[in-house]
Amino acid sequence: MASNTQEAAHGGGSAMPQLDFSTFGNQIFWLVVALVVIYLILSRVALPRIAAVLAERQGTITNDLAAAEDLKAKAVEAENAYNKALADARAEAQRIAAETRTEIQAGLDEAIAKADEQIAAKAAESEKAIAEIKAGALESVKAVATDTAEALVSALGGSADKDAVAAAVAERTKG
Amino acid sequence: MGKIFFFAALALVVVSGLIFAPAEAKLAIHPMDQFQVSALFGDHISWYTPTNVTLWMALAVAAVFALLVLGSSRRAIVPGRAQSVAELAYGFIYKMVEDVAGKDGVKFFPYIMTLFMFIVMANFLGLIPGSFTTTSHIAVTAVLAALVFVTVTVVGFVKNGVGFLGLFWVSSAPLALRPVLAIIELISYFVRPVSHSIRLAGNVMAGHAVLKVFAGFAAALGMFSFLPIFAITAVYALEVLVAFIQAYVFTILTCVYLKDALHPSH
Repeated sequence: MASNTQEAAHGGGSAMPQLDFSTFGNQIFWLVVALVVIYLILSRVALPRIAAVLAERQGTITNDLAAAEDLKAKAVEAENAYNKALADARAEAQRIAAETRTEIQAGLDEAIAKADEQIAAKAAESEKAIAEIKAGALESVKAVATDTAEALVSALGGSADKDAVAAAVAERTKG
Repeated sequence: MGKIFFFAALALVVVSGLIFAPAEAKLAIHPMDQFQVSALFGDHISWYTPTNVTLWMALAVAAVFALLVLGSSRRAIVPGRAQSVAELAYGFIYKMVEDVAGKDGVKFFPYIMTLFMFIVMANFLGLIPGSFTTTSHIAVTAVLAALVFVTVTVVGFVKNGVGFLGLFWVSSAPLALRPVLAIIELISYFVRPVSHSIRLAGNVMAGHAVLKVFAGFAAALGMFSFLPIFAITAVYALEVLVAFIQAYVFTILTCVYLKDALHPSH
């Protein structure tokens, strides 16, 4: 290695290979070749292709964004329709509920009135029957008392005067 | 787990340093040997001889071809890895040209892309241990810078005619100062290709030479060779950055010069 440097130092006249002018022609020649080749590769193939890919991607992205915008608008529309349907349904349900409530109330009132009427009729009937039974019972008490009095009188050995007994019973039952 | 591997590697480095310690640990550093231009076949070098320059430039061309042509060959709407990188490189330079040089600079895009791809590929290939870095040579970068200089000057005169000289005539300065400024501007214009080329070659060369110096230390230090090896790792990471940044700087300066040629007014 050291001998190499020494040789270079003697041959090129410098310890720095960068200042060895004998290799400049070689380096410049191959640099120009390399640059021309890279330039041709880039300008003929690579750059147009990459530009096309980028443009295509940009186009795809733009289209996709537009489609997404459309879909978003549709989604908003659908949501509005859904909300409207929901509100309608709710109003309808409330209306039906109110209607049913009034209907039921009317039926209930009618039934209550009918029932009241029936109860009143039944009560009147019952009162009448009770009065009748009471009257009948009084009558029976009088007959039973008369009969009993007559029987008592005859049992005691007297002869019962029907009218007198009846008068006496009437007299007693009054009080 | 990572810690175990780290300490195992460290132990291995120390032990191997002990075992393989050089019999005579002398400091033999030849950081510039890596830049030696040598013929691939035979000894004599004339202008057309295939040399290691030829080999590594051909590899750079092959790498450009592989990335930009083979990488994009599927023309996928959803790109794969290689196509993503190719598109990234395309978009990066295209946007740079458009932003810096302006809309009318876009027709120079293939030209600027050629420069960028060549430099970036040559720089990265040069980071392979044992390789030859073509962009570390002044002869190469000077030709690249001269191409830019000549192109920019020709474009400037073709586009603007004598108006291109307005680049040197600072109309916003006081009249008395303008001739002085014109001389300064003229000098700076002609220094451009010099700084343009030496910046690239100098950065690449310095980094590679530093790596070689540390490698020489590593060979001389025996069991403590792990210290320069860590340093080499750090410098190598920096060199990866430099490889890209110098290509970027060269390209963006080209765009700036092109902008001056297209719109010479200050």
